[in-house]
Amino acid sequence: MKVSQLSVFIENKSGRLADVTRALADANINIRALSIADTIDYGLLRLIVNDPINAKRVLADAAFTVTLTEVIAVEVPDRPGGLAGIIDILAQAGLNIEYMYAFVGKSGENAIVIFRIERVDEAIRILQDKGVRILTGDEVHSI
Amino acid sequence: MYYWNKEAECMHKDELRALQSWRLVKIVRYAYHNVPCYKRKFDEIGLHPDDIRGIDDLPKIPFTTKLDFRDNYPFGMFAVPMDQVVRVHASSGTTGKSTVVGYTREDIATWAELMARTLGAGGTTKGDVVQNAYGYGLFTGGLGAHYGAEKIGASVVPISGGNSKRQIQIMQDFGSTVLCCTPSYAILLGETAAEMGVDTSKLRLRVAFLGAEPWTTNMRREIEESLHVDALDIYGLSEVIGPGVSYECMEKAGLHINEDHFIAEIIDPETGEVLPPGSKGELVFTTLTKQALPLLRYRTRDITFLDDSPCPCGRTFVRMHRVMGRTDDMLIIRGVNVFPSQIEQVLMEIKGTEPHYMIVVDREPGAMDNLEVWVEVSPELVSDEVRALEETEQMIARELQSALGISLKVKLVEPKTIARSEGKAKRVVDRRDLYSEG
Repeated sequence: MKVSQLSVFIENKSGRLADVTRALADANINIRALSIADTIDYGLLRLIVNDPINAKRVLADAAFTVTLTEVIAVEVPDRPGGLAGIIDILAQAGLNIEYMYAFVGKSGENAIVIFRIERVDEAIRILQDKGVRILTGDEVHSI
Repeated sequence: MYYWNKEAECMHKDELRALQSWRLVKIVRYAYHNVPCYKRKFDEIGLHPDDIRGIDDLPKIPFTTKLDFRDNYPFGMFAVPMDQVVRVHASSGTTGKSTVVGYTREDIATWAELMARTLGAGGTTKGDVVQNAYGYGLFTGGLGAHYGAEKIGASVVPISGGNSKRQIQIMQDFGSTVLCCTPSYAILLGETAAEMGVDTSKLRLRVAFLGAEPWTTNMRREIEESLHVDALDIYGLSEVIGPGVSYECMEKAGLHINEDHFIAEIIDPETGEVLPPGSKGELVFTTLTKQALPLLRYRTRDITFLDDSPCPCGRTFVRMHRVMGRTDDMLIIRGVNVFPSQIEQVLMEIKGTEPHYMIVVDREPGAMDNLEVWVEVSPELVSDEVRALEETEQMIARELQSALGISLKVKLVEPKTIARSEGKAKRVVDRRDLYSEG
């Protein structure tokens, strides 16, 4: 149920993001989703790719600091209140969202949102109990 | 001309040399018999205190260095039992251990006399209000200037460093006539006064005694204009006594060394050879009168040259040019001595920091020295959460601040981005340009 996300530490210097995307392109790796969290001095680039293991190796070889983190990809109804319903479930269960971002592609008529949640196994169980669909890693990587 | 102690400061050269010789012979015997470190150094090379019969024998004596302080931490270099020590100060060491110095009651009196000469050379009298913005504490600046000003009989305002707006306010309200602080702080005070709309030409402030860090002629000009004062350089290091080792007179052409209490030599830092008069090299001091901590040929690591030509002020004490550089990698930041090895030691104890780091020192206009430590991240240190990375930065900054005693900023950088050089790594970027002639 969990999806591997790459987190890449990049300094705020021109060209660094391009270095990452170029290295992945050269290795024929497709980026499925991404978000950037930035501070004054550096940013954290979070990536969902089609081949995370290979991508991690490619970036590590290019001297980037990369970590793999487990996140979940949640199907969100593409209508007003769709996301609110899911976040309510998590809030009621007292689960903190560390961060989240939207997926580029769609799963049928539904949007996909990536969540990084503390106590991830508990979150998966609670969401599934409420009938929320969580995509598997394979599903996400092949979208 | 202003003097505190004209008889001493303008002593005839021959008389001064005779006094130095006589005091040297005495201090060598005293150090040999009371400090095991000196006895060992003498015995190792078969030198006996009786072999030192006068100032011409000085080059026979082995050097003392900061390492001797570290090896004898904390009080092993003291020549008196602790019941005779009335004060202890400390400055940075190259590793985790600081350099500790001690004073007997008489040493404190000597120090006050030397600082009275220093302040007196700029015309300070008992009618003055001395705003002492040097830090009070283990650092020798605060109490050194304080005792000197009190000895003169001036009214001392022991405001210590920091809170610039309050400093300007006090200057206005108390009518401070004399300022003591670091030169970079004087610049900040000038800018603060301007920001507050205070016309410094209307202040009673007349003279500033600035030291504890290197500065340039440009900085002097800036301070003299912005604060409407004469800015005089003062020099000292806690191992030798603290501020008051040497001081500028109103000629502002080099710092007179208090030669009745210290002998200065210039050596080649590589070979240890004494260099001919006027040569540029490392400054070495021997203390002549100190009781708690006699120092024989202490290597300061400061680079300068001595000028023995007569000074129009009439003082016969030799002048040292303001410090022109260092023979080691010590940095002086906001008056605090910082060794890169101290930073390295802290980083080595933090899990996940790479042994690669860079120290960047800058001085932006209108600001004090700015110290940044760039640390390469490793996979163990990196998180996918910004909050965790910021906590890591703050944790490293806290550790460094507690070891160095000054505030600083830690910046995480990507691995392998700090330049590796062959042999000695270039760990320090100092953009302040403090040793230029400008």
